[in-house]
Amino acid sequence: MGNKKTLNYAKYGYIFSIPFVVAYLIFNFYPVINTFLIAFSDLKGAKTDFNLLTGDIFANFKSVIHNDLFIKAFKNTIKLWVCNFIPQMAVALLLTAWFTDTRSKVKGQGFFKVVFYMPNIITAATIAILFSTLFACPVGPMNDLLKTFHFIDKPVPFLDKPNVAQNIVIFIQTWMWFGYTMITLISGVIGIDPAIFEASEMDGANRIQTFFYITIPCIRTIMLFTLVTSLIGGLNMFDIPKLFITNSGPDYATYTTSVFIQKRAFEGTYIKNEAAAASLIMFIIIVVCSAVIFYLLRDKDEVAAKKLRKQALKQAKLAKGV
Amino acid sequence: MGNGKVKLSEKAQKLEKVRLVIIYIVCAILTVLCLAPFWIMIVNATRSTTAIQQHAISLIPSTYLKSNWDVFEGKDFHPFVGFFNSAIVSTFSTMLAVYFSSLTAYAITVYEWKLRDAFFSVIMGVMMIPAQVTMIGFYQMAFKLGWTNQLFILIIPAIASPMMVFFMRQYLQGALSHEIIQSARIDGAGEFYTFNKIVLPIMKPAIATQAIFSFVSSWNRLFEPMVLISAKEKQTLPIMVSLLKGDIYKTEYGSIYLGLTLTVLPLIVVYLILSKYIVAGVALGSVKG
Repeated sequence: MGNKKTLNYAKYGYIFSIPFVVAYLIFNFYPVINTFLIAFSDLKGAKTDFNLLTGDIFANFKSVIHNDLFIKAFKNTIKLWVCNFIPQMAVALLLTAWFTDTRSKVKGQGFFKVVFYMPNIITAATIAILFSTLFACPVGPMNDLLKTFHFIDKPVPFLDKPNVAQNIVIFIQTWMWFGYTMITLISGVIGIDPAIFEASEMDGANRIQTFFYITIPCIRTIMLFTLVTSLIGGLNMFDIPKLFITNSGPDYATYTTSVFIQKRAFEGTYIKNEAAAASLIMFIIIVVCSAVIFYLLRDKDEVAAKKLRKQALKQAKLAKGV
Repeated sequence: MGNGKVKLSEKAQKLEKVRLVIIYIVCAILTVLCLAPFWIMIVNATRSTTAIQQHAISLIPSTYLKSNWDVFEGKDFHPFVGFFNSAIVSTFSTMLAVYFSSLTAYAITVYEWKLRDAFFSVIMGVMMIPAQVTMIGFYQMAFKLGWTNQLFILIIPAIASPMMVFFMRQYLQGALSHEIIQSARIDGAGEFYTFNKIVLPIMKPAIATQAIFSFVSSWNRLFEPMVLISAKEKQTLPIMVSLLKGDIYKTEYGSIYLGLTLTVLPLIVVYLILSKYIVAGVALGSVKG
C-alpha cells in the first residue's frame, strides 16, 4: 500500500515540472538550436529564411576568426575583464580583512556594505551614460574638478583617448562589482569556524599571517566561485561598452565581443550567421574556461571528501565488528 | 574574543589607532566614490544648463527641475511610458519566475521520480548559457511568429529561470520537513493545494530575496529589449536611457541628468528601504552557491 502511494505521488514530480520544461524548451532550448543552425547557414542581410551551408560548412566561423574586428573585440574583452577583476578582488580582500578582524572591530560596517553594494544595483545602462556625461568635454564634472584644483588648464577630451576610455570602463566595472565581491567574501569568512582563528591567535600569528595562511585558504572555494561568475559576466560584457561611448570610441577601444555580436546581428548589415558563429565561439571559450577552473577547484575537495568517506566507512565497519 | 585579548603596550596601542584611522579614511574615500556620481547626477538634474556649463559640479540643488523636465516635451522622450513598461515587465516576470521556480524546486525536492536527478543536472548545466547565445535564434523565432514588439515576449520566458530553481531548491532542502506534507496528505489535501497553501508560505523568506533580485535584474535588462522591442511605445527604461545619448541632447545637460535620475530613482528608493535584506541576500546566495 505504502509503495503504491509513493508511486502515485511520483507523477506530481513530472506534472509540477511541466511549466518549466515547456517554457525552457520554447524560449531557451529551441533558440539555442536555432542559433546553432544559423551559425552554419547563409542567413544575412534582408533574408528571413535560411539554408544550411553546403560547401565549406565552417565558413562563418572562419570569417569570424579572420575578422580583425572580432580579434580586437576579443582582446579588449579579455583586457577589460582581467584589469577589472584584479583590483576588484584586491580591494574586496582588503576590506574583508579589515571588516572581519576579530581583534578590533570596524564600526559602521552595515553602512559601508550598503553603500559599497549600491553601484551594483543601479541600471548599467544609466551608469554607462552617467559616466560618459561625467567625463564629457568641455562641460563635464571631471574636467570641472580637475580645473578647479589646477591639475589642468584646458578641458581634456578623455573619451577621445583609447587608453583613457578603456581605463574608465575598467574603473566602472571595478566600481560596480567590488561591493558584491566584498559581501560575498565576508560571508565566506563568517562561515569559518571561529576556533581556527582563536587557535592561530594563541599560536602568536599576526594579522597578516592569519589572513594569508588561514582566511584565504578557507575561502578559496568562494574566491574561485567569484572568479567563475565574474569570468562568465566579463566575457559577456555588454551594457557598459555598448552605451559608454557611441560606436565604441576611438580605435574601437571599448568594443567587446558581445557588442560585436549585437552589431553584426541586429544593426547595419544584419550578418546573423557570422554573429551566431561568434556567439558560439564565445560560448565554447566560456565553457572551457569554467570547466578548467571548476576542475582545479573540484580536484582537491573531492579528494578530501573521498578520504573522509573512506574513513567513515572504515569506522562504520569497525563499529559493526565490535 | 575578550578572553583571548592580550594586553598591548603603549606603542602597539598607538599603532592600532593609526591602523583604524587608515581604515576609516579608506572607507570614507570609497563611500564618496560610490555616492558622488549619483549625487552629482541628482543635483545637476535640478540645475540649469547654463549653470552646469559654468561649473559642472555643485553640491547644492537648484530650482530648474521644471524647466529641465519641459525639455523632454519637445524631444519625444516619455519617461512615464518607459517607466510603465518596465514596471509591467519586471512585475509580471518576477511573479512568474518566483512562482514557477518554487514549483519546479518543490517537484525536485519532494517527489521521487525517475528523471529527477538528470533533470536537476540539466538545470545546473544550462545556468551558464549566456543570453548572447540564445538571442539570435530567439529573435529569429520571435520574428517568424510575429512576437517582436510585444511586452509578453520579455515576460513569459521567466517561467524557466534555472538559477532561481537552484536557489529555491537549496532553500527547500533546509526549510521543508516531509512531515508537514505527510500530515497535509492525511488531512486529504491535494498536492497542488499543499504546495499553494502550505509550502509557499514556508518559502516566503526565499521568495522575498529572489523576488527582489529578479525584479532589479529585470528592471535593468538592456540586451533583450534592445533586440526584441523597437516600437517607441513599448520601450523599457534602459532603452529610453540609451536614447539620452543622442545628439539632440548635446546642449541640454540639465535634462540628461534629469532623465538619468528618473530611471534610477525608483531603484535607489527601493534599495534604501530594502538594503538590509538585499545585502543579506547577496551574502546568502554566495554561501549557498
